Amino acid sequence: MKIAVCLKRTPDSESRFRIAGNRAAIDETGLKFDIDDFASYAVEVALQINEKQGPGETVAFAVGPDSVQETLRKAMSMGVDRAVQLKTDASTYDGLAIAKALAAELKAGGFDLILFGKHAFDTSGGIVGTATAELLGVACVTAASKLEIANGKGTARRELEGVAEIVDFSLPAVVTIDEGIARPRYPSLKGIMAAKKKPLETKPAQLGQARVTVKGMELPPDRPPGRIIGEGVAAVPELVRLLRSEAKVI
Amino acid sequence: MPNILVFAETRGGALRKVAFETVSAARALVDANGGGQVHALCTVPSGAAGLAEQLGKHGADVVLTAENPGFANYAREAVAATVAARAKSGGYRVVLVSFSAQGRDLAPRIAAKLDAPVAADVTEIRIAGDSVVVKHPVYANKVIATLQLDGPLVVLSTRPGAFPVAESPRSATVESIAPASDPGAEKVVVKEMQEGGKGKIDLGEAPVIIAGGRGLKAPENFKLVEDLASAFGNAAVGATRAVTDEGWRPHSDQIGQTGRQVSPQLYVAVGISGAIQHLAGMRSSKTIVAINKDKEAPIFKVADYGIVGDVLEVVPALTQAVREAKASG
Repeated sequence: MKIAVCLKRTPDSESRFRIAGNRAAIDETGLKFDIDDFASYAVEVALQINEKQGPGETVAFAVGPDSVQETLRKAMSMGVDRAVQLKTDASTYDGLAIAKALAAELKAGGFDLILFGKHAFDTSGGIVGTATAELLGVACVTAASKLEIANGKGTARRELEGVAEIVDFSLPAVVTIDEGIARPRYPSLKGIMAAKKKPLETKPAQLGQARVTVKGMELPPDRPPGRIIGEGVAAVPELVRLLRSEAKVI
Repeated sequence: MPNILVFAETRGGALRKVAFETVSAARALVDANGGGQVHALCTVPSGAAGLAEQLGKHGADVVLTAENPGFANYAREAVAATVAARAKSGGYRVVLVSFSAQGRDLAPRIAAKLDAPVAADVTEIRIAGDSVVVKHPVYANKVIATLQLDGPLVVLSTRPGAFPVAESPRSATVESIAPASDPGAEKVVVKEMQEGGKGKIDLGEAPVIIAGGRGLKAPENFKLVEDLASAFGNAAVGATRAVTDEGWRPHSDQIGQTGRQVSPQLYVAVGISGAIQHLAGMRSSKTIVAINKDKEAPIFKVADYGIVGDVLEVVPALTQAVREAKASG
């Protein structure tokens, strides 16, 4: 199968964040960046499908400045065959603009399956994958926690609030990947060496005029400092009293 | 201001709490901007007329009902097409959807169909001249972004729990509309719905959440967490990623950066150390209680009330005390 995986480069989610001097971005000094967690599950799923189904091609795409090349190389070191950077000057919060750039590139690619992470850690919107599917006019399943592809058709499981939805869908399709579906593999030394020779193509992305722009970034207000009210079972009556009289939740 | 079109989410033909949140948010927004109408659109298999009274109570002026047996499950393409077609008919400034599991799937579809700017998971909405300005938590709630959307019509999804359900009663006009595409002819077809358990309260809707971590030591000790939840009566059970990765609890129970993000009235963290990734999913809870044997655990830095102790002893005592407190009213 011909599978596209669309990646995002995001900072390590365990980082402590500071706001940049312009108050409209985070300060990236000292942050480590890598493939976004959900996108790395998507890469693993793509590789497993092609390993199981025999010969195929897995192509990684990323929209962004040249720093995304490192992310695309990482995907190739995991086993992706080739990569395409859709080059922009900077990242953007206009998810629909990114989807348009991706859809324009993917349209003629002849992909059976196009995978995304269900959302990215940084912008946390989950817009791009679904909007790309809509622009391409293909089936779209979001937040799949299980995915099976056979005979030109797919079946996926989605965790909704309190229930799970099992869906069948036709190919070609866009599927966005949830956690728990597969553990992403670590690149082997051989994979890392091979990735250096795999093709990475760079093309300009047409994002057009951004209609969603960042006006400010701030850190959320701190919670009041925590308070330990006591030790062991002896503290339970005081806790219940506080929950009743102060927090008013009993 | 011009009108707002709200997608009022239903499940099994009944309105969900998030539907009232979005309608209330829309009402507040038009009222703060010189008035306008709130139109609430529902897609249901049947019985749509019965929903109008509830939506009117929360501020909907017009209830648009699209009835079709194909709406028994989430017919994503037809729902998106129907909302987009209505939005296109004119007079709307904002299309509002909840950032629920269904809404987060729906909003980008509608935006792409309308070629409208879209922002997800917003916690505040403001009209500023020709722009719509929203707050949107990013980097797993560690940073709050203020975004400006420029366009005559914008699509927004609201964070569940961020907008209070409010009443603004009126008698809503009911207007029946036709689905814009056949919900029986979708590219994605729901084959089965698996219930998470009878009477189980969803994490996103529960006013009280009892969450367990590795400090419980063994999967069978989650019984203590469930017992405490049942003592509260209106509580859901959650878990940390460590616990769901171990397979003690299903992934759908995971609270944290990569799982569910919740903000209940009361969050009780049982045997949870409070890794950053977990805090990202629950730190906006109104009141946080932590029970942990390690007094240095980071969870105590955010807990309004902490008890240092063995969860296997403290939790049963707390369950008993909550039962007694509830019984005495």
